[in-house]
Amino acid sequence: MAERELEIRHAGPQVTVQDLGRPGQAHLGVPRSGALDDPAHRLANRLVGNDESAATLECLDGQLAFRTRGAVTLAVAGARVPVTVAGRGREWGNAVSVHAGSVVELGAATQGLRAYLAVSGGIEVQPVLGSRSTDLLSGLGPDRVRDGDVLPVGPPGPAPVPVDAIRTARHSRELRLRLGPRDDWFDEASVEALDGAAYTVGNDSNRIGLRLEGEPIRWRGADELPSEGMVLGAVQVPRNGQPVVFLNDHPTTGGYPVIAVVVREDLAVCAQLRPGEEVTLRVV
Amino acid sequence: MEARSVGDQALLLECAGPDEVRAAYAEARRRQQSGELSCTDIIPAAATLLLDGLRDLESVRSGLGDWPVELPDDVEDRLVELAVTYDGPDLESVARHCGMDVDEVVERHRGTELLVAFCGFAPGFAYLSGLPKELHVPRLEKPRSKVPAGSVGLAGTFTGVYPRSSPGGWQLIARTDERLWDAERDPPALLTPGTRVRFVDSDG
Repeated sequence: MAERELEIRHAGPQVTVQDLGRPGQAHLGVPRSGALDDPAHRLANRLVGNDESAATLECLDGQLAFRTRGAVTLAVAGARVPVTVAGRGREWGNAVSVHAGSVVELGAATQGLRAYLAVSGGIEVQPVLGSRSTDLLSGLGPDRVRDGDVLPVGPPGPAPVPVDAIRTARHSRELRLRLGPRDDWFDEASVEALDGAAYTVGNDSNRIGLRLEGEPIRWRGADELPSEGMVLGAVQVPRNGQPVVFLNDHPTTGGYPVIAVVVREDLAVCAQLRPGEEVTLRVV
Repeated sequence: MEARSVGDQALLLECAGPDEVRAAYAEARRRQQSGELSCTDIIPAAATLLLDGLRDLESVRSGLGDWPVELPDDVEDRLVELAVTYDGPDLESVARHCGMDVDEVVERHRGTELLVAFCGFAPGFAYLSGLPKELHVPRLEKPRSKVPAGSVGLAGTFTGVYPRSSPGGWQLIARTDERLWDAERDPPALLTPGTRVRFVDSDG
């Protein structure tokens, strides 16, 4: 059987290969990496009949064009983007059959920030430390996808389960937080002000962290915190008081206090917030 | 050992000092390997141990009283000798800061058996403890935007080796050709928590 491949014609601002990451090696300084919007990545895979651990393409603000070598089934989930196959508009959020030699185009996101493209068989680049995820902090994993790349695709699995309707992801503008572990590093007024506080997503947000701009969260004292282990979703506050929500490529240890942690279910919200959007913090 | 919850799935154990971190780390790994402890990551650091990906946070927290505070006799004991050349760009200013000449800095650095307290910052970057007090220097006021791979530095109570080229604020006194990190190798990191380390002067 001929090799199935995707011939990349145009890769937008940031296209990376992502899967469920490489957790379990943080004691060596290895970030977990993986798809920022975990439910969207998993859904896209299920729609094309893949195991959820198959690699997808995470497209920041959509914008990807490729030609198929071999027939594939594809699906796009996460951010809403126009999907065009051989010049014809096709459905977002559902399985789409694509003939060999067709040009597929994902347009810019009209809602959300990160779109996940899954193809039947998964993107089969060489894994590093058990994962095909690109880690933009440490440089582990494949390089970012660029124009002219040819990405191998695995053999297709059994036929995908047909889906009648896809429940659109909740487009929330709220992040629920659990206080701690270092909420006692901050002055009481700042901790109390956290619940209901509105912040704006900064332009320098990325896979390492969502940078929030707004009312500074003040440290209680001037002492430095010795480095300690960090978790996904940790809200770390440097001296300037502007919080950073740690996302998948976050460093494994850090020396700034963490005031709270975003609940797991709201990490996908972080993945889809666009720079300039406003978000409200809720302490639960 | 005090424990603080971190989100819904992690606990941060506060240890009295690096020795307690070491003992807690060994115990956590033992329990993880035997299946008694279900967690994704065990991350030692300067004075804490983080248990992440816990299935049952409360039951782990309530069982912490049973954890030994001392290192087990059968703890993994591995010594790595790193051949280095003492010609770092900050060697002279470190000597001046410490009130010694360069030879004395070299003597004290290579003469001490060090221990990997924890890893962080980058894959394979090990924070080595055991540095004599006379060699405790601050970080650079202005970090370098590019530190060559293999650079050996000092900062506060630690010394360490940059596994790959990166920005860095540590004071650089030496360099090594050893590969601290290789993703294709098994194991990928040369220095892991608990490894003993000795620097060897390749000129001496």
